[in-house]
Order: sequence, then C-alpha cells, then structure tokens
Amino acid sequence: MTDSRPIAEGLFTWPSEEPHLIGSRCDACGLVVFPTAEFCVKCSQQRLSAVELGRRGTLWTFTTQQFRPPSPPYMGDESFQPFALGYVAIDGQCMVEARLTEADPEKLRIGQEMELQIIPVRTEESGRAVVTFAFAPVD
Amino acid sequence: MKAAIVGVGLHPFGRYDGKSALQMGGDAIRLALADAGCQWSDVQAAYAGSFEATNADAVVSQIGLTGLPVRVIFNGCATGNALLASAAEAIEHGEHDVVVAVGMDKHPRGAFSADPEASGHPDWYGEAGLFLTTHYFGMKINRYMHEFGISHQTLARVAAKNLRIGEMNPKAWRRKALSEEEILASPMLNYPLRQYMFCGPDEGAAAVVLTRPQLAHKFAQPPVYVRAAELRTRRVGAFELMCTSLPLDRVDGPTQEASRAAFEEAGIGPEDVNVIQLQDTDAGSEIIHMAENGFCADGDQEKLVAAGDTEIGGRLPINTDGGLIANGEPMAASGLRQVYELVHQLRGAAGDRQVPGDPSVGYAHLYGAPGAAGCAILSR
Repeated sequence: MTDSRPIAEGLFTWPSEEPHLIGSRCDACGLVVFPTAEFCVKCSQQRLSAVELGRRGTLWTFTTQQFRPPSPPYMGDESFQPFALGYVAIDGQCMVEARLTEADPEKLRIGQEMELQIIPVRTEESGRAVVTFAFAPVD
Repeated sequence: MKAAIVGVGLHPFGRYDGKSALQMGGDAIRLALADAGCQWSDVQAAYAGSFEATNADAVVSQIGLTGLPVRVIFNGCATGNALLASAAEAIEHGEHDVVVAVGMDKHPRGAFSADPEASGHPDWYGEAGLFLTTHYFGMKINRYMHEFGISHQTLARVAAKNLRIGEMNPKAWRRKALSEEEILASPMLNYPLRQYMFCGPDEGAAAVVLTRPQLAHKFAQPPVYVRAAELRTRRVGAFELMCTSLPLDRVDGPTQEASRAAFEEAGIGPEDVNVIQLQDTDAGSEIIHMAENGFCADGDQEKLVAAGDTEIGGRLPINTDGGLIANGEPMAASGLRQVYELVHQLRGAAGDRQVPGDPSVGYAHLYGAPGAAGCAILSR
C-alpha cells in the first residue's frame, strides 16, 4: 500500500511497517482515549499527552454490518462487502472500536487475540487507496 | 405525587404520506383533550418535542393560537421522559394548573442517517462505516449473551411476543404475528440481530394532559399520578452508543442510574410494579433492560422469557402494546406512547390487552443515543 493515504491524519502512525493507533493519556487521572483528545472526559482538565496504543488486544465484543450504510456519511466503494466491527481491549490502555478484517461472525470469538492492521476502505478516482485501521484475528 | 395525568391521546404510529409531524401532534393533543374532557383554551402551558419538525412549538398552529408558553425539549429517544418530567414539574411547582406534553415525529424510511460532525463525531468515523446506532445494539447484546448465557432463541421469543401483541393492538404499526422460526430466518442486519428483531423508525405523535392532583376531579377520567420521572446521561466507563474508545473497566449506564433514582423518588421497588414498558429498539435491548431496570438478575431472562413471564398474563408483563418492535419509533413520540399505554392499563381500559389483576403501578423506560435514559413510574 505504497500509494495510499490515511482516512484522517493523526489516527495512526503511517506509513509504517508496524503501525500504532495514537491516543491521549490524561496527565492528571491517567485515562487513555482514542483518538487524541483536547480535554479529559473523566476529570475535564486539558493537559493530555499523546500515547501510542499497543498493537495487540483481545476482542471484547463485535457485530457485523450486513448492508451498505447510508451514504453520506459512509464513503466505502459502491461494491459493498459486509464487514464486522468490535471493541478490542488493549492491555493497560483502553478498548478501541474498530473494523475487523474477518467478516464472518462464526469465525469471530469474544476473548480472541487481535492485532492492528491498516486496510483500504475505498479507492479514489486517481487509483490511490484510502486506508483505515482495523483489527485482525491472530491465529 | 407531583402531578395527575387526566388525558392521553395517540396518533397511531405508522406511515402517513402527506401528513406532517405537526399535524399528527395537533391530532394527538385533540385526542388527549377529548379524553380529559377539557378544551385547548383550558391549557396554560405546553412542552413539545420533535426531531424532524422545525420548531416543535409550531404545533400550536395545528390546534389554536392562544398565546400560551410552549417550551421545546429534545433528548433523542428519551424525549418523552423529559417532556413528562417538565410538564409534571411545572404542575408540582405551582406554575400552571393544566399542562400538555406532546411528542411528534416523522422519520424517513430506513436506518437513521446523520452528519457525524453534528453529533460530535469526526468525519472519518462516518466514512469508515462506523456511524450507525444499530452497531451498538448488536455489540451490546452479543457481549451480554456471552456473559450471561442468553440464546438466539430468546431474542426470537421477545420479538415474537411483541409482534404477537402488536397483532392484538389496533393502533400498532406492525400487526402481523411472526413465528420464532420466521424471525430467526429473517436477514441478519447486525449480528446477532436480524431484521424482525429490530424496531423501525416511523411516524406518529402522542400527547398527555396533566393537572394538579387537587383539580383532577374536574376532569372526565380518573387520575393516574406521576410518581417519578428521572433522566440520566452517561458516565465515563458506561458502554454507550458510538464510543470511539472505552475505558477497560465498566460502570453502570444511565438506565441503571435513572431507574434507581425513579424507584427512590417513588418510594417503591421493582417488585411493586404491575405493568412495564421498556425500550425495545431491538429484542436484545428488551432483554438487557429487564435487568438494568431491576426487574430480574442478569441471565434470568433466559428462563423468564421461555416461561412466558413477560407476556401480558405473566408475572412481569412487558411492552403490553407491542413496544417499539410493533409500533416503530417516532423518536419524540415514543415515550408518551408508553405513557398512553400505561394510563390505559392502570384505568383498566386496555381491552384485549388488559393486564389481569387490576394493576396499580406502571413503569416506563426509554434509552437512546448518545447515552441517555429516562425512567418514569405512574400509579393510580
């Protein structure tokens, strides 16, 4: 994916061989959130530091998206393929909501180990891929 | 007791091409006034809610321009609770003697769609296909099934119950009973939730007339008292809709908090409730909300639902008009539809769907994006 751009700046380290999600840790209470934030929703103060999240975690829950979401806001390719999404618990940090690379709910299991991947969500007219973060089962 | 409900009106939920939300709101008010045996000119203030109508206070154009104050409130799916609470408080504080609360909406077909930014979400969240409220309901019940042993069959049983009751309710939108097999064979939308396990957005309105308990005898109907109406938003750590991240440790959500506050305010407990309306955005939500509102322990739903305890004739009659699954959800009207049903049940006027045993205490619960819940307790 050399010819690609991230879906938004500042969500994950990119380009990178081993990308990480970028979140914020509150300097006062230690709450970790994703993506980065300008204030803490727990203690309301505004001193936070950027933090790279761990690349691995466990699947806390999941669901699937079987039909093409209303567009806008959805911007995926016209040829829709169902996908799964879930919350992945990253040890010592937080749970992140993300798309999953495995779309079949029968092949997903709460508690299974997952790893961060960067996946294409659509192709621009120029042929450049727009990429986002997702988690893949570790087998 | 804060206030007495002396009139209720419902513009049935469904699809009404060519009729506006405001027109339905006007109709609901007229029905509520007729029920109470009073006139629009008797009403001293109103509280109005709508997602789709521009300026819900414009509902006066559908009933009469009397100059009364109309305050507009919108809390998403919990709007009905906020309308009821505000109207009851205006009565309790002695501000007015006769107050109307009205909710009305008219949603387009299909899943709710909106601008992520207007809801406080970044554009990428919508672009990537994550900005859908239904994801939350799928993920919440999936986790709940895993933790507490709830089966897919129980999801189907709940949907079948609400559709079966809908068939008995002439004012319901979906009036065709479906078997558990048909429900389990319907298309998967958001695992583990299938098409017939979800409610759909639709159109409709509901209105309530309230007065001071001391004045209730002047109206045509026996009073039903508002014993509590509590609304809560989410705390850090609650698992709520459309969170890009969550802390690792869970805390109770707004439903648990609003429910506890309502029972405390009313001075009664869940065991004292005879008829229950719960937010059944989907079959999973009804199951989870049984426990979150204190009516059973987590996991007990599996046997309670199978035993028929949540049917109209059961120990915990839930969604006795078919709930959202059979009525659909015009957001701002949904909560007052629950009040309409409870008032009929407590008057003993619910016809074929009457809960036996002369019920005297009713409970109504709402929940919705981005994480707000309202719980109300009514009694004779």
